[in-house]
Order: sequence, then C-alpha cells, then structure tokens
Amino acid sequence: MSASLEKGVRVLKEVIDAPIASYFNSCVHCGLCAEACLFYTETGDPKYTPIHKLEPMRRLYEQEYTALGRLKKLVGLSKAVTDAELAEWQELVYNSCTLCGRCSVVCPVGNDIVYMIRKFREGMSASGNAPEGIKGAANRTIKIGSPMGVKLPAVRAQMRHVEEDFGLPIPMDAEGAEYLVMLSSMEIMNFPEYLGAIAKIMHQAGKTWTLCSTAFEATNAGMQIGNSDLARVIVSRIVEGAEKLKVKTVISPECGHAYTALRWEGANLMGRPFGFKVRHIIEVLGEFQEQGLLKTEGFETDRLTFHDPCQLARRGGVIKQQRNLMNMVAKNFVEMPDAGFMNWCCGGGGGASAIEEGEELRMEAFKKKKSQFDTVKPDRVVTACANCRIVMEEGLEHYKMNLPVVGLTEMIADHLPNPVVTKPEGN
Amino acid sequence: MRDKEGVLLAGLAEHGVSRRTFMKFCTTLASLMALPAASGVAMAEALATARRPSVIWLHFQECTGCTESITRSHSPTIEGLIFDLISLDYQETLMAAAGHQAEEALHKAMKDNEGKYLLIVEGSIAQGLNGAYSTVAGRSNLDTLKEVAKGAAAIVAVGSCASYGGIPKANPNPTSAASVSDIIKDKPIVNIPGCPPIPVVMTGVMAHFLTFGSLPELDKLGRPKAFYGETIHDRCYRRAFYDQGKFAKTFDDEGARNGWCLFELGCKGPVTYNACATTKWNGGTSWPVESGHGCLGCSEPDFWDAGSFYKALSMPANPLKVASGVAAVGAAVGVAVSLANRAKKGAAKAAHETTTLPDLEK
Amino acid sequence: MSELQFLTWVRGPGLDLAIGIFLMGVLWRLFEIYSLGRKKDLAEPRSVAGASGMSTVFRRSIPPAGMLKNSPVTYVAGYVFHVGLAIIVFFFAPHIKFFQSLLGVSWPGFPSQLIDFVAVLTIIAMLVLLFDRITKPVKRYLSTFQDWFTWALTFLPVLTGWMAVQHLLLPYTTMLALHILTVELLLIFLPFTKLFHAFTVFGSRWYSGAVNGHKGVAV
Repeated sequence: MSASLEKGVRVLKEVIDAPIASYFNSCVHCGLCAEACLFYTETGDPKYTPIHKLEPMRRLYEQEYTALGRLKKLVGLSKAVTDAELAEWQELVYNSCTLCGRCSVVCPVGNDIVYMIRKFREGMSASGNAPEGIKGAANRTIKIGSPMGVKLPAVRAQMRHVEEDFGLPIPMDAEGAEYLVMLSSMEIMNFPEYLGAIAKIMHQAGKTWTLCSTAFEATNAGMQIGNSDLARVIVSRIVEGAEKLKVKTVISPECGHAYTALRWEGANLMGRPFGFKVRHIIEVLGEFQEQGLLKTEGFETDRLTFHDPCQLARRGGVIKQQRNLMNMVAKNFVEMPDAGFMNWCCGGGGGASAIEEGEELRMEAFKKKKSQFDTVKPDRVVTACANCRIVMEEGLEHYKMNLPVVGLTEMIADHLPNPVVTKPEGN
Repeated sequence: MRDKEGVLLAGLAEHGVSRRTFMKFCTTLASLMALPAASGVAMAEALATARRPSVIWLHFQECTGCTESITRSHSPTIEGLIFDLISLDYQETLMAAAGHQAEEALHKAMKDNEGKYLLIVEGSIAQGLNGAYSTVAGRSNLDTLKEVAKGAAAIVAVGSCASYGGIPKANPNPTSAASVSDIIKDKPIVNIPGCPPIPVVMTGVMAHFLTFGSLPELDKLGRPKAFYGETIHDRCYRRAFYDQGKFAKTFDDEGARNGWCLFELGCKGPVTYNACATTKWNGGTSWPVESGHGCLGCSEPDFWDAGSFYKALSMPANPLKVASGVAAVGAAVGVAVSLANRAKKGAAKAAHETTTLPDLEK
Repeated sequence: MSELQFLTWVRGPGLDLAIGIFLMGVLWRLFEIYSLGRKKDLAEPRSVAGASGMSTVFRRSIPPAGMLKNSPVTYVAGYVFHVGLAIIVFFFAPHIKFFQSLLGVSWPGFPSQLIDFVAVLTIIAMLVLLFDRITKPVKRYLSTFQDWFTWALTFLPVLTGWMAVQHLLLPYTTMLALHILTVELLLIFLPFTKLFHAFTVFGSRWYSGAVNGHKGVAV
C-alpha cells in the first residue's frame, strides 16, 4: 500500500525525455488525433481526444522542466497535478486507449502520442491509479506466471492433448533448439489448436523448437499497466529461459503486446541487448514461406478478410507477411477499408479488455470494426492475435453478427499435409 | 514702382502679362487646390483688386533653401509676381536694407499693421541656452518669434524646419530646435513643409488667404490638404511597377534604366505627403523619382531620423544594436535551464523505488 | 508622436528589441526542450528503406490514408495558410529586402499581384480555420486562451500587411507601422507559445520517425 502521488510524480519526471518535451511543445490543438481514434469517432465525446488523455502529464512537464512553467506554478497560475486528477484520468489513459498508435501516425507535427501514453502509465501505476482489472492480471502474471492464472501443469496437460491429436512431440526445455516458442494464456486456454499448428509447421519446415517450463507465458501485463519494473520481471523470465536453453530465436505468439514487450521494449527493460533474436510467429512463417519451407495444399474458398493487430502491423512493422500467407491458402481474400498500416483497433488491446468497467465503451468503439466488416461482408475474419480474436468475438456477439474469427497460424497449419511420424512407442 | 495701394493687374500689365494669362493662372491655381470652378473667377477678381497686405518674413535656424525655392524665378514666373502682390516689409535675403535700417523696417511694419500682418517663418527655433544658439540683432530667435507673433493675423511656417524642426532637430538635436507650432499656441498656423517646399504651394496658400481671408483646409499636421492630401506613392507615375513588383535594385541596372519603382533603393514615397508627383519641380521639369532617385520624405516630420535614405521601408531603420546581446542572454538562460532539467531528471532517476505488486495499491 | 515617427520607432528600436527577444527565446527554448535527451534503444533494429527520422520529417506532410477525406477543412485550409504565409513572407520583394538587410543574401521574388492574390487566399484560409476551431467540438474542447491569442498574433500581420498595400482603412504610414508592430508581437511571443512548433516540428517528426524507424516502421 505504498503507491503515492509523490512516487508517481517522481517516476514521470524520470521518464519525460526530449521527444516528449518536443511533442508537448509542438501540439497545435488541431484535433486530427481525435479523428484517428476509434474511441472518439464512435462516441463523439471530445474528452477521448488522444492528446487530451495526456493533459496532467503535460502540465507536469511544463511545471517541472520549463522556466516559464516553473514560474507559473510559483505564482499560482498553474495548478499542481493532484491524485484526484490522476484518478479522474484513469478512464482516459486505460479504458479508452489500447495503445493502438493510430493517433501517432496522423499527427501532422509528428507527435508520437502512444509513446507518451505508455510513459504516462508509468506515473499512473506508481501512483496507484491503474485500473483494477489490469492490476489483477499483473498480479497473476507475476505471482502465478500468467495473467489468466495458467500454471505449468495446465500447460503440460495441453501439450499431451496436442501430442495425441497431432501425433507430434511437443518438446519442453530442449536445450540447443533453434526456436523457443512462447505462448499466451489466451492460446493455452481458448485456442489450443495453436500449439498443434506450431508443431505441424515446425515439423514440415524441419526446424528444432522447444517450450520452456519456467517461461511459457509471453503476455506482459506489466507492459499493459505501464510499469517498467513489473514488465522487467516478466521479461527477464523469458530472457533467462532463452539464455538457459541457448536458443537462437524466441518466437512471440499470436498476441500483440507480448511482441511489443519482448521485441521492442525487452532489451531496454533489461538494460542490455539480447543475445538471441525475437520474432513474431507471423514473421517466422513469412520467412519459411520465402524460403519455400511451407508446402501447402488446397485453398479456403469462402470470403475471407484479415484484421491486422495493431502491435503487429502498425506498431511492429509486420504487414506484408500476413498477406503473403493469406494468399498462399485463400482464394477469396478481400481487404477491409483502411487495412494494413492504418487498420482500426479491435478496441481491446493495451489491457483494455481486462477492464470490466470499460466494457460498455469498448462495445461502442467496436462499431468501427463492425463498419469495416459491414463494408466487406466476409464469411470469416482471420487475424494473428488471440486477444483480438476474443475481443472481436465478444463484439460480434454483442451486435448479433454471425462471423467466425480464426487464427492465421492455424489456418496455415490446416493446409499442411498431416505429418507421417512413427510414434516413439511404435503403432 | 508701385504705390502702396496699387493693384496687381496694373502691375502685371506692366510686365507684359495679359489679363487672359492671369485668369488662366487663377483657374489653374484654384483647380490645383480642388476648389470649385467659380473660385477661379473669384480669385482673379480678388487678386486683381486686392490691397497688398503686410508680410513679415523671419529667418531662424535655416539654410535659406526655402527662400531660394520660392523665389526661383525663371523669366519671370507668376509665382514671383505674387510677391509683387504683397508688401514684403521684412525679408533678410531679399530686402535692400541691412543692419539698423532693416530692424527699423521690421518694427515699423509691426506697429503700422498690428493684428493684420502675415508672419512667415523659415527655419527652426533654437531653445537651448535660452535661445542663444541662434540670434539676430542681438536677440534670440525664440524671443523674436514670440514678440512678432503677437501682432500677426496668421503664421505660415515655410519649410520642414519651421514646420517640424527640420535638420537642426535631427539626432542629437544639440540646439534643442523646435518648430513654430511647438512655441506659438494662440495663432492660426499653416505648415508648408518640404526641404524645400514646392513654390506653387506657397503661392496657392497666399492666393487663398488673399481671396477668402482665411487659410485653406489643413490636415492633422497643419498642412494644406490641397497639396499634402495624397502621398507621393498614390500619384507616382511609376506606381504600376510597384504593384507588379518590378523594382530597380541598383541605380544603374536594367530596372533603373527602364524606369521601374525605386522602393528597394529607399524611396519614401509611400509614407510622404506632398505634391511633387503632380506639380513636379522647376516649372514642371522633373522631380526626384522621375530623375531616378527615391523620394527622401522631406515633407514629413523627423525624416532625417527615419533611417537611411537608401534603405527600403521594409528594412530596419538603423542597424540592430541590442538584438545579438539579447539573443546571447537567451543562450545563457537555455543552458542554465538545461542543467537544471538534467539535474532534476537525474535526481528522479537516482531516487527510483522499484515498484513491486503491493506498490500498485494506494 | 506623428505617423512617421511611430513608423520610424517600429522600424528602429522596436524591431531591434523584437528580433533580440525572438532569438533569445528560440535559443532558450531549443536548449530547454532538447537537453532532456533520449535513452539509446537497445532492441535489435530492423532496417527498412524509408523508415527513418529524416524521411518522416518530409513524409508527415502528406495526410495518411483516409484522413484527408475525414478532415478536409483542417488539411486544406491548414495547407493554404502555411504555404500562403511562406510565399508572402519569403517571396514578396519588400520582405526579401528585409531579409537581405539581416542576412546579407537575397533571392528573386514573385510578382506583387500574385502575392496579393495569395494574401487574400491566406486570409480566407485563416478565417476558415478560426470558424472551424469555434464550431468543431474537438477543436473547441481543446482550445485555450493561447489558441485564440496565437491565431490573432498570426492573422494580424497578414491582414495589416495586405491592407497597407491595398491602402485600406488607415493611411499607409500608419498601416505599415501597425503591420511591422504586429510582426514584432508575433516574433516576441512565438518561442513561448504553440507557435514554437515552427521549430519543434522538425524535432518531433524526426523523433517519431527514428523511434519507429528502429522498428522498421515507416511513419
């Protein structure tokens, strides 16, 4: 019970850097960021304007790091940031922001607003103003090992099921394997086909891989809550595991923020570059496709579209690979309006889907995703993030739309010929 | 030789100026001053039969250029003949007398025509050292002005020095020069600025006074609107080039030779009110811009201090003095704030308390 | 003080002071903002052609897909205003003389009738932007006193300059003096308001481009 405004302020002072200073001083109140944010476009409420979500941090920056701001605070023209204010801003910084980054790419003066929200969350969490839902997820991740509370025995159970169903071994703690495969709770619990798909793909590609008993969970609730200290704890498990098993590449699963946490923030959290590579499963599949290691057969014939997870495409730079993979196994692949780099968020990323009190807002924001589907009228939606899948399923149900959501990795694996493997114990 | 009560027409006839020519002169003068057509006739009648009023012309801190300009007589001009219309009882440059005789003429004129004479002042009035900087006949100009002004019906400040202070008033104004209107507050004053002023302006004002017994309509600076109501710029024959952006860049480049606008060479036409662009000089021969030189702005107050004659209006009037010093202060403040910022950020980092799960709760 | 004396003051001491304060402010604020520095990014970079700080400085001037249709007024009026202002400031011959007196270099200008036309478009664009800021909910919500103040600071020089050349309302001498005075006010307040984006836009775009370019994302 030691979170305090003072701590939060100190943390914010620590994380505010030249980019943030430059951004705050460049904002001209043009309002274009609001037009890019689905929480504004679907509600019409200007308080969801992205740059407005940062107002306490802006004032703090001005008061701490500018001469005139210091003077204004001294003479009472600028009020100090209060704990009540931060509490009020919780809804804006967490419920109505999925860190999708659309605002950042439209800002005409070049402000990276999502970068600032991420840093603002450091202060919010240290001052005790993070939402209950994500705090719960963080608790479970750190104490138990996964945000949904999945423990190793549950993982082992899933491994056995998959081995039986697919006839392929699922290695764990295999030292020297080329790939360390990470999972997300969502996959273990809701989409276990993913593990089988991985096994099939790796088998066909002839690659060695393994799971890690001490680091099977990729989801980083510390990232979502926005606390580097907690995020570091979670990432370091993966780094230790990867180094212990001496793998070449760690594969981040079909999860958005897990990728961002490990691939882009991981080394900075650890304070040193990694000795291994980090790749998203779609990147790896893309590489395999290029190298001709994926020999697929057959095609999906129904009308398919692809939802680009924000952290993979716009924030992660993986845009072409999923399209090449889709075209490899789908005859009737159509793009939604704004697909790819400018895709609209599912509305549940960045920890938002864990916030119960934010559900109504998420459902309203989902109207944007719904409108994309209504334009294209697909038979099914394909995506590459388990959280997007759950969020979209919930949204589609809310709007009574019958539209199945499937994962890309599984779809690829479905089109690989079944493996012919002699079981270790013989038939 | 004419007697004191003589009329103009007879005198003109003596000089071979026909009645018709005289009428033409009056109508031209009237139209120059934008007076109705009938005024030309009225002017002619009035001038023809006018009694010659007494005029006293005082010279103070001046170069005599105004006298030179106004009396410049070619062969002879009617401007010059107007001077036959008045009784110029005191004018240091033109009068034959000198010394005590001249002073006597002044005092006699003042006494005989008290309250009725027209006072013309040329040159600025020195106020420093109690006026000792400029004296005539042992008296300061300041005292002389005050005394002579008392009995004047109206005062004409001829030239920029009398109108505004002129060149003696220019920085640093060592003699504390002032204009007539700075000193005399209780008489009607008309300013006829210019360095020097245009002759016909003088004539027009006097003709108006003689015809109507009053001074013509004046602007805020006491100048007759008829001659100072428009800027040089608004009547300049090169205006079309200004509007197109065709400017001469040096005094003998192609633009200059093509007669392009002289804005970039420092022409102050846009901010100068005078009649040069319409009446021109030397009997309509030419005027500065037509000769290829920008207007100096000589009929405006403090034009000597308005920056170089060769610097365009859009350029700084004087070289920047404090700018670089002030900028250096900015760099210093910036460095100081940067050091403070970095110290603050460093302190925050050093005081970092690692957040653990319980720390998420207040 | 007569008209010409007022003009001489704004061309003289007024200008001297305003330019000094402007340079002071720019230097101070650039130091203040950029001295905070940035931590090195230790993640393995992904190098993609066209994804860098420098390319974003230019590329961000293009509206991203779908945004122009979504917010045409902000983009179109915004561009007309910015480009128009740049044309007027840098290509009107009397202004070029001004820069020449400060920097020693000059360049060819545009015909004055073109500048006049551009000035009218710029004034209209600025009025449209003001109207938009008043009527659009997001802009109105975000706007503080500073937004209205800086609008006026920027609008008045364009308006008074145009009115001076057109000989509207007040005599030229006074109009020109007001024009120069409003320019001086703009210079004085620029470094201390959102108008400083004229300088920081390059840094901001560069940082955005560099941070994302590290990830191989061309923003």
